[in-house]
Amino acid sequence: MHGKAVGRQDSRTRLRERGFRGMLLACLALSALMLGVLLVDVALDGSSSISTEFFTKYSSSFPANAGIRAALLGTIWLMGVVILFIVPVGVATALYLEEYADRSRWYNRAIEVNIQNLAAVPSIVYGILGLAFLVRGPLGMGNVLMAGGLALGLLVLPVVIIAGREAIRAVPPSIREGSMALGATQWQTIWRQVLPAAVPGIATGVILALSRAIGETAPLIVVGAATFVAFDPSLSSQFTALPIQIFYWVSQPQDDFKALAAGAIIVLMVLLLAMNAVAIYLRNRYEQKW
Amino acid sequence: MEAATTTTRATPKLGVARRRVGEDVIKGLLLLAALLSVLTTTGIVLSLVRETIVFFGDVGVGEFLGGTDWSPVIKPQSFGVLPLVWGTVFVTAIALVVAVPLGLGSAIYLSEYASPRVRRTFKPVLELLAGVPTIVFGYFALTFFTPNLLNDIGKLDVSVFNVLSASIVMGFMVIPTIASVSEDAMTAVPSSLREGSFGLGATRLQTSLRVVFPAALSGIVAAVVLGASRAVGETMIVLVAAGQVAQITADSREPAFTMTSYIASVAKGDLATGSVQYKTVFAVGMLLFLITLVLNAFSIRFVRKYRQVYE
Repeated sequence: MHGKAVGRQDSRTRLRERGFRGMLLACLALSALMLGVLLVDVALDGSSSISTEFFTKYSSSFPANAGIRAALLGTIWLMGVVILFIVPVGVATALYLEEYADRSRWYNRAIEVNIQNLAAVPSIVYGILGLAFLVRGPLGMGNVLMAGGLALGLLVLPVVIIAGREAIRAVPPSIREGSMALGATQWQTIWRQVLPAAVPGIATGVILALSRAIGETAPLIVVGAATFVAFDPSLSSQFTALPIQIFYWVSQPQDDFKALAAGAIIVLMVLLLAMNAVAIYLRNRYEQKW
Repeated sequence: MEAATTTTRATPKLGVARRRVGEDVIKGLLLLAALLSVLTTTGIVLSLVRETIVFFGDVGVGEFLGGTDWSPVIKPQSFGVLPLVWGTVFVTAIALVVAVPLGLGSAIYLSEYASPRVRRTFKPVLELLAGVPTIVFGYFALTFFTPNLLNDIGKLDVSVFNVLSASIVMGFMVIPTIASVSEDAMTAVPSSLREGSFGLGATRLQTSLRVVFPAALSGIVAAVVLGASRAVGETMIVLVAAGQVAQITADSREPAFTMTSYIASVAKGDLATGSVQYKTVFAVGMLLFLITLVLNAFSIRFVRKYRQVYE
């Protein structure tokens, strides 16, 4: 790079270097630009929809009277179901794989590969699973909020498991050895030493999983989320959610509904950004260096 | 504390600890949780296979996989899945044309060129882009990309619902996946290789393209395959912006139906269990699941390869 002796070739090489570097930077900048345009476009389209009534009114066939009350409540309920499902199941699975599983056993390896694969199954397939097993078939709940929440929970479970495993693995073995040497059993060691140390990492994983679940639309459509809900949802009622409401409004030909969709997108994006901010805060504040 | 297994002898000796039932129960519960993920896979496969078999009782396998006409609702009914497969392939191909160069370019820059400060600025941008819900991308494709960029600025005369807009926007959705996986692969290339290359007088460009890139190739292939798998499985962007016309056309200004958008458009709350449309959801879902399964298996295998070499 600093070969002065090469002389004439030097300037051409340097030009090529700079051109290449500029091209690479342009690749990154284009993504940033696209994201920027998207955010600005949504903000411009949707800001006129945001008002207090937007949050307190149910959906309506008249754009002027429509709000996101049922959708927002539905989303909050769904996230509640998802949290209650993924935290115990995800953490338990992560603990089993990291602390108990003997990797030389084929079934433990099978569980690992299986989770890796589940993480990449298209979200709509989880909708089909929910349709066949939760909504109809064996459990036969009907197209209720609980079924939607469980389908979303299954969808994002691998995220929690993978993040949880990393957090647990980051706790150094010396902590476990010290605890065991003092006479604690394996579970006492895990419950009192390993888990508390891994909580920030696990919490970050849970928030990431929630931020994935909150925007998922396709599985909820298949599970039978309703497009028009004019009551406050509960676990065993029909339901809608923010992304479903957005989809319904986007599908209407009138521009007024598009503005409503953009308004609901703003609410969804604010929720998402808030969750990510919490995750970043947790990561920076509680990250332990051993 | 732990009492050693006592025998009649007076001297206590260390032996096998008393079996603790509670510990075993806990281990069993944790294993049960881990098995739930296996049960999920089993459930997916079971639900898809069962209804698919029923479907093939009504419609021949040859008609389904070889037919070029998809009209499951309007009579005369026809169940040739190829238009849906074509829609998926077409959308995925254009999305990759956008995402592969941009994603790899971003990855090379982040791994080989960027200062820590630049990384701190751009990594969150990619993370944020990855976090945008796909319904939002769908809204953007339909209400901004198609009318403002393709029609007004590009003068492409596309229809309201079209492949081009949906797949370009989907390309941007896929960029973070390709960028982050291939950046991991490039960062895993040992710096001794770079130093050797610089030592021989190579420039940074030559080092990036002829040393790091080939050394990370298996990881880069994995990234692209994973990106393809995400594009194949993506539903909302195509459902909102690409229309619902099952046709085999090479004109990207036309609408198209993909496997995912078909499923989402027909599987709604009022779909009657046991109807032909109900069964098509599972048959098309099965095909989708198999395609993504093969892609993911490839990707996992390639990732494992580069990990073995350098870690």
